[in-house]
Amino acid sequence: MAPLLEIKDLHASVGDKEILKGINLTVNAGEVHAIMGPNGSGKSTLAQVIAGHPAYTVTGGEIRYLDQDLTDMDPEERAQAGVFLAFQYPVEIPGVTNAYFLRSAYNEIRKARGLEEVDPIDFVDLLEEKLKVVEWGPDIMQRAVNSGFSGGEKKRNEILQMAVLEPKLALLDETDSGLDIDALRIVANGVNALKRPDNAYVVVTHYQRLLNHIVPDFVHVLADGQIVKSGGKELALELESKGYEWLTGVAEATAS
Amino acid sequence: MIDRYVRQYEALAANGGGRAPDWLKSLRRAAIDGFRETGFPSGRDEEWRFTSVAPIVRTDFGPAAGGGAVVAADLQPFLFGHDEWPRMVFVDGRYRADLSSPAAAAGLQVSTLAEALAADPKGLETEFGRHVVPDATPFTALNTALAPDGVVIRAARGTVFAQPIHLLFVASREAEGAAFHPRVLVLVEREARIQLVESYVSLGDRARYLTNTVCEIAMGEGSWVEHSRIQRESEGGYHIGFTQVSQARDSHYRSFSLAMGGAIVRHNLHTRLNAPNTEALLYGLYLGRGDQLIDNHTTIFHDQPNCRSWEVYKGILDDRSHGVFNGKIFVKPEAQKTDAKQTNRALLLSDAAKIDTKPQLEIFADDVKCTHGATVGNLDLLSGFYLRSRGIPDAVARRVLTYAFAAEVLDEISAVPVRSALDRLVRDRLGVGS
Ligand SMILES: Nc1ncnc2c1ncn2[C@@H]1O[C@H](COP(=O)(O)OP(=O)(O)O)[C@@H](O)[C@H]1O
Ligand SMILES: [Mg+2]
Repeated sequence: MAPLLEIKDLHASVGDKEILKGINLTVNAGEVHAIMGPNGSGKSTLAQVIAGHPAYTVTGGEIRYLDQDLTDMDPEERAQAGVFLAFQYPVEIPGVTNAYFLRSAYNEIRKARGLEEVDPIDFVDLLEEKLKVVEWGPDIMQRAVNSGFSGGEKKRNEILQMAVLEPKLALLDETDSGLDIDALRIVANGVNALKRPDNAYVVVTHYQRLLNHIVPDFVHVLADGQIVKSGGKELALELESKGYEWLTGVAEATAS
Repeated sequence: MIDRYVRQYEALAANGGGRAPDWLKSLRRAAIDGFRETGFPSGRDEEWRFTSVAPIVRTDFGPAAGGGAVVAADLQPFLFGHDEWPRMVFVDGRYRADLSSPAAAAGLQVSTLAEALAADPKGLETEFGRHVVPDATPFTALNTALAPDGVVIRAARGTVFAQPIHLLFVASREAEGAAFHPRVLVLVEREARIQLVESYVSLGDRARYLTNTVCEIAMGEGSWVEHSRIQRESEGGYHIGFTQVSQARDSHYRSFSLAMGGAIVRHNLHTRLNAPNTEALLYGLYLGRGDQLIDNHTTIFHDQPNCRSWEVYKGILDDRSHGVFNGKIFVKPEAQKTDAKQTNRALLLSDAAKIDTKPQLEIFADDVKCTHGATVGNLDLLSGFYLRSRGIPDAVARRVLTYAFAAEVLDEISAVPVRSALDRLVRDRLGVGS
């Protein structure tokens, strides 16, 4: 079987500025990969490029997803094919309820797969199950998407969306940052509950603490647009005690 | 072209107008004299700089025939699912008793102007045409001179009426070529509370006619008015409207104005905060497409201290449509502690759409909080990517975000059935399901 995600020598830029400088990464179904690295090393850029953010131009290399060339696809086509990005900074959309947003996304993905759309009433039943994953009641669905949500609520909302859309490849971009212990537990439990042999996670994180809950099979260190080291879960612990300097040769400004 | 209207005035004066009380006759006479002098506004007039009414001036509009064949079933789409609300229906400028159901509640009088004058010829003398300056615009003068009838609502002191009162002005399928001059006078006495829904609708798609309407609202101390104004004229029609509100101490006026019909549209909404501690909230939404021109002029007169005004107008302009927004806030020297905020945002959906916007704050008091913000833009790319990253196609994402922009003001409509009906209307117009 082809890998879920296969990235070869990926280069990507914003305008004239090259950010990703030759990334190689293979992710198979059933695996959890952690991507760590100093601020500004290109972690979010990698995640956004995989999701198809139009601000970035792929200038070289390839991204294959289930043997399709992702770079030719619109962001919505990627999502319909099973790619999901939990944003580092989820976007507020005043005026659109969470319920409408999630049902539209769910139905658009079904439509693209040739399945019948689900009516609002059946969708409420489906949601009930999914809300349990993030320990939320139904009230949240009537609020505008992320609008006025706390940092933690926004991250939980990303996990709720992931639970509803059931992606094959989920990219979590610092879903743990800014969470208190309780919210972190909820997010981690959500991810673990959704883990299946046929899907995979790429978890971008700055800290070891999420990886105590979501145990990675592989850890990669990104520095200046390249993966400079890969290893098993013990690499994360090593990074925790030693920092990134021994890998990058550059001292990172202490996180504020 | 001016003569045409003068002749209509003379015909009216000779006809039904002859029964009007003397004070009204002289008001009409002064109005037509004023109109004869000014004529229609031109582009040289600062107030009409962006809005050419030349097509209106050129058209030979006849007086309303008033014979449009309209039956109750035709009105169903416009009643918000509440047939039982008190309702005054005018078809092609004429009152239709058979389609109306004026309220019969203690403390609330809803009647035609003719009925109100017959019952008490002098009763309206100090109110009718006293809040709006008769020559506020040449169109206002024309309305004052030519309005054959109208609506009078009077809520007596302390009356709290829960149901919205609906004024429905219908242009029938035979409206082509006619001019209508509806006139509304609303008197809300001390501590009374009412909700008013004022609708302009058309049964024909492209009919070319003129609605030239004036609405005066006089609010007593501590009174509340929630006013929804819904303008859905034919997209070939012309709509000119003037709403003037006078507010006494502790009164609360809340307005929502939707403009989505009409080829050339101008609405002036003016409120005068006549006494301390009054509040005015003005929300507006306008949707333009094709070659529509939609012009909103609002004026808030902060005449007295400790008053608050809050204004949010939003426009969505597609194709070659043109929006105009002018928001005046005048703060008199004695109006200390004024709190006024004006926001005006427009979304341009096509390269050929345009907006002329002009906030105009004239502040003569020093201890005030007055702000205004105007933004003109396109849809936010980041929000678009967020929706697309969830599988929602670009075209759908754009429509959803456009609707979201509108929803922020639609949410301010307090009468729930009105809010849901207009929400559906706007969704349909923008191609967004529910
Ligand atoms: N849209 C953008 N426009 C300009 N520069 C960008 C953009 N996105 C990322 N960058 C730059 O690329 C580098 C990597 O950023 P990012 O991928 O966000 O890093 P990380 O997520 O690892 O902290 C940074 O120098 C950042 O300023
Ligand atoms: Mg980042």
